[in-house]
Amino acid sequence: MKIVRAFGQFWYDFIIGDDWKIAVAVLLALAATLALLLAGLDDHAVAVIGAIVVVACFAVSLAIDVRPTNHDRH
Amino acid sequence: MSAATWGLLIATFVACFVEMVEATTIVMAMGFTRGWRSAMAGTGAALVTLAVVTAIAGFAIASWLPKSALQLVIGTLLLIFGLQWLRKAILRSSGRKAVHDEDAIYRAEVEAAHAAGQAHPGLDMFSFIVSFKGVFLEGMEVVFIVITFGLNAHDVPVAVIGAVGAVLVVLLIAVLAKRPLAMIPENLLKYGVGLLLASFGTFWAIEGLGTFRSGRQSVSWPGDNLAVLALVAAWFVLSRIFIAALRATGDPAPPAVPDAVAKVAP
Repeated sequence: MKIVRAFGQFWYDFIIGDDWKIAVAVLLALAATLALLLAGLDDHAVAVIGAIVVVACFAVSLAIDVRPTNHDRH
Repeated sequence: MSAATWGLLIATFVACFVEMVEATTIVMAMGFTRGWRSAMAGTGAALVTLAVVTAIAGFAIASWLPKSALQLVIGTLLLIFGLQWLRKAILRSSGRKAVHDEDAIYRAEVEAAHAAGQAHPGLDMFSFIVSFKGVFLEGMEVVFIVITFGLNAHDVPVAVIGAVGAVLVVLLIAVLAKRPLAMIPENLLKYGVGLLLASFGTFWAIEGLGTFRSGRQSVSWPGDNLAVLALVAAWFVLSRIFIAALRATGDPAPPAVPDAVAKVAP
């Protein structure tokens, strides 16, 4: 059990790293882009809009990182 | 050699170079404080393990996944890695995160080595494990970059040459300098690698979404492969905008503890 947990922890650290928000942002952006593709949008439009969605999700995750906390305000 | 081949060679060289500098700092700290025998044994064991992982993972990925699924898996992982590197670069450039400092990491590793007590005669397990983990963890990202870039460019040998070249150059610099490699502009290199990984990751991940439609045909980008250049330019401009915006607002965060130290503590 300990080995399985250590194995899982290694892959979590390797892929997710110290900021889970990036992984979530990427998955959300790709899911939204996939929805556009499956809705029948043209390939080129899917690619361009998908890239914009990736950037937007990244910007949101960065904004969450640097937002002032209650501790900062006091 | 074509421009694409040069691009592949440079990308894998720079990515591997940055990771090797970090691994070398850890191994040097162990070598100088607790003896080279165990530090080199740990390094050697990690390199052998990495070679085995590369061979198995490369074969499995290339053999089992259809092209569009391969692009999706590789692209998604590259995008996550790239955006993590880019995030750190943006936070560092805007003064919100302490810059990566090999001297500070070296000092912390030396302190940890002293705190671990007297080195054991024969194989010193502390030195062996710290060196092994340092090289293996930093090396895993290199392995991943070599496999993904190499497979996508249908030229794994060139990617391997880029990575091995970087290992040799870093080792040569370390042997000549005999001290932590703080003189290397690591933060700048990481920023560059982050831009490359984020750009290729965006390109391949969106291409690979085609695996979910009938026929599994990859999504095509306007301009085909040239779209990667547009993505590099776009990520660069956006990162500069993020840096400028973060510099303009709020106080910088306090300096952080070096990442690499926590990662390799036994």
